[in-house]
Amino acid sequence: MRTAALSLIAVVLVLVCGPHAQGTAPASPLTLITREGRRPVASTVVNGQEFIGLDDLAALLMLAVREDALAGGVTVTYKGRTVVASADQAMASVNGRVVTLPAPIARAGRRLLVPLDFIPRAIAPIYDSPIELRRASRLLMVGNVRVPRAAIRVEAAGPPTRLTVDIVPPFAVSTAFDAGRVLVRVDADALDIATTPTGAGLIDQIRTGEQTTTIAIALNTRAGTPRISTTTTNESTRVLVEVPVAAQQETAAPPAPPPAPPAAAPSTPAEAPPPLLAARTARLQTMVVDAGHGGEDNGVRGPKGTLEKQITLDAARRLKRLVESRLGVRVVMTRDDDRAVSLDERNAIANNSKADLFLSLHTNGSPLASVKGTEVYYLRLDRAGEEARRNVAATELILPVVGGITRPIDIIPWDLAQASHVDASSRFASMLEEELEKRAPAGPRPLQQAPMRVLSGANMPAALVEMVYLTNGEQEQRVKSDDFQGALIEAIYGAVVRFRAYLEAPPTP
Amino acid sequence: MSRTRWLQVGGIVLVFVAAAWIASRVLERVVAPAPAPSAAPTPAVPAASVPHIIATLYYGTPDGQALAAVKREVPLGEGPREQGRQILQSEFEEAPAPYLSLIPRGTTLRAFYITDRGDAFVDLSAEASTMHPGGSTHELLTVYAIVNAVTANLASVERVQILIDGKQADTLAGHVDLRRPFERDTVLVRETKGTQ
Repeated sequence: MRTAALSLIAVVLVLVCGPHAQGTAPASPLTLITREGRRPVASTVVNGQEFIGLDDLAALLMLAVREDALAGGVTVTYKGRTVVASADQAMASVNGRVVTLPAPIARAGRRLLVPLDFIPRAIAPIYDSPIELRRASRLLMVGNVRVPRAAIRVEAAGPPTRLTVDIVPPFAVSTAFDAGRVLVRVDADALDIATTPTGAGLIDQIRTGEQTTTIAIALNTRAGTPRISTTTTNESTRVLVEVPVAAQQETAAPPAPPPAPPAAAPSTPAEAPPPLLAARTARLQTMVVDAGHGGEDNGVRGPKGTLEKQITLDAARRLKRLVESRLGVRVVMTRDDDRAVSLDERNAIANNSKADLFLSLHTNGSPLASVKGTEVYYLRLDRAGEEARRNVAATELILPVVGGITRPIDIIPWDLAQASHVDASSRFASMLEEELEKRAPAGPRPLQQAPMRVLSGANMPAALVEMVYLTNGEQEQRVKSDDFQGALIEAIYGAVVRFRAYLEAPPTP
Repeated sequence: MSRTRWLQVGGIVLVFVAAAWIASRVLERVVAPAPAPSAAPTPAVPAASVPHIIATLYYGTPDGQALAAVKREVPLGEGPREQGRQILQSEFEEAPAPYLSLIPRGTTLRAFYITDRGDAFVDLSAEASTMHPGGSTHELLTVYAIVNAVTANLASVERVQILIDGKQADTLAGHVDLRRPFERDTVLVRETKGTQ
C-alpha cells in the first residue's frame, strides 16, 4: 500500500514537472527588424538552449499553428506550405524535407516553445520574404532590410586615439563632428553591432542604438579636432577616426574649427600615423584548405565519370587564390596535385601551420541519383570527445617559456584536438550553410554534426563542405562549370569573411 | 484409466506448458529491445522450418535521404552473439523494395562478438571499404545502418566498433571516424509505415 502511494506521488510529480520547460530570460532580448521598424521579442533559455514562443512567432509572421495532441507534434502552415515538428525529436519536416534542430519543441504551461534555430531552418524556407537570424547581435530580420554588420574597435588608446568602424558589406556613410561628438551615420535600415567597446584614451564613450543607424563617439575634453577618413573596398567601408590631443602647447595655433573635414584628411608631415594595418588585431592569418581524397583514392565517381578528387582540387585552388588575393590571408593546401594524403597528415599540415581555420572540400554521394544539394558538416563529439572537452581546463599546465614568463598549455589527446573548438566550428559551419544557401541548392540536411575523421584532429575551428552530390547527373555537369564552381567558392569566401569578423570582434563581456 | 496413467499424461502436459513458456520468454528478450514499431510486427512465418524473430533492420529510404527502420524476420539465434550474427547477415542482404541497400556489394561478416562491457565488434570484409561508393551522406547511412541494426535489437549491446579485415580502420571511404565505438543514433532514421 505504501509503495503504491509513493508510486502515485512519483507519477504525479513527473506529470506536473516532466514535460514543462522552466526557462530563464536570456542576457539580452532579441530584436525584430522589419521595414516598419524594430521591436524586442521575448525568448527564454531552457537547458542552455534558447527558445521562442510559437504563438509569438505565429503572430509576428502570420503563421497558422495546429497542435496534434495525439502525435505530440505541431503543424505550422504558411500560405499552403507546412512545417511539422515533433515534441520528442530534434527535427522538423519542412515541406517534406527533414531539417535538424538543436532541441525538440518544448512546452511551458499552455505555450509551445520552439528553439531559436527553428526560425532560420524551418520557417525561413517556407516564408515569402527573407528571414535572417544573427545570433551574435541578437537580430531577427524579416523582409528585404538592409542591415550591414558594423565592427567598432579602438585600435590604439594613443594619443592619438584611433578608432575604426568597419561596415560589411560596403554602405554609404556620412560623418560629422559637432559639440565634442563624432557622428557616423550609415545609410541602412539598421546596424548589426555585436559589441560596443568602452571608451579609451581621448574617447570617453561610444554610443549606439539611439538612432538605429548612427554611432556617436563622445570625445574627451583634452581631445583636439579629430581626423575622419572613409575608405570603401569591395568588401567593406571603413571609417577611421583619429583623435589627437588638443594643441594647447602650441599657443600660437588658432582655435580648432568646429566642422571636421569630411573626406580623408592629408597626413601631417611632422607626425604621420603608423600604418593602419599594423594596428589591426587580425587573428585569421592562416587558413588551411583541404582538397578531399587524391591519388588512388578517387572519392565519389559521377555517372559521367567525373572524379571527386579532381573537383575538390580545382575548388581548393580557386578558393586559395580568392582568399589570398582579397583578404591577404595565407592559405596552405593539404595537397596541390593528385596524390594521396592520409587524414592524419592533413591534420598535421593544419596544426603545424598554426592555422586559424580549416576547411575540407568534398563532393557528396547518395545511394539514389536524384538526391542533390550542398551540405556542411562540423564535428560531433562522442563520449570520449565530450570528456576531453570538459577536461581541457582541468588539465591545463602552466609551463615556463623563454623570457621568464609562463604560459598555460592545454593537454588534450592529439586525435581529439578539435574538442575545444567545436563551438567556433559550429559558427563557421552555420555561416557556410547560410552563404551557400544563397547561391546553390541546399541538400536534405544542409547543416549537420557528424563524427568526421578529418575534422577530429584539427586544432582550430574546422568544417567540411560537401559542395554537390556528384552522384546526381545534373550536379555533376554543373560543378564542372566555371560559373557554378565560382558561385560556390564565392559563397565559401563570404563565410570566411564573416568568420574573420567573428574572430576579430572583441569578446562579449 | 489407472491413476499412474493420469499422472503420466498430467506430467507430459506440464512439461509442454513449461517449454512453451520458456520459449516465449526467450523470444520476448530477443525482440523486446526493438524500438516502438510504427505498426504491429508481422508474425513469424509458421511454415518456415527455422524459428524466426522479428528484428528491426535499417535501409535507405526510397528518397535516399535517411534510414528506414524496417521490421523483418530473421532466423532465431542462440544467445545474443549468434543472434547478432543472424541480424547482420540479414542486414547485408539486398534491401526489400522500395528501400535502398546501403551495405557495399560483396561485404561479408567476418566475425561478431560482444564483450562483457556491452561493446560489440563487427568485423567486416574489405569490400565494405573498397567497394563503398563514397560521399559523407552515403558513408554515414552505411555506418549507422550497421550500428543501429545491432543496438536496436540486442539489449546487451551499448556500443558498436566496426573493424575491417580484423583490424581497426580509419574510415570506410574517407569520412566517418571508425576509430572509436558508436552508440545508437536515430537522427538519420525516418519512421516508416508497415513491415516487410
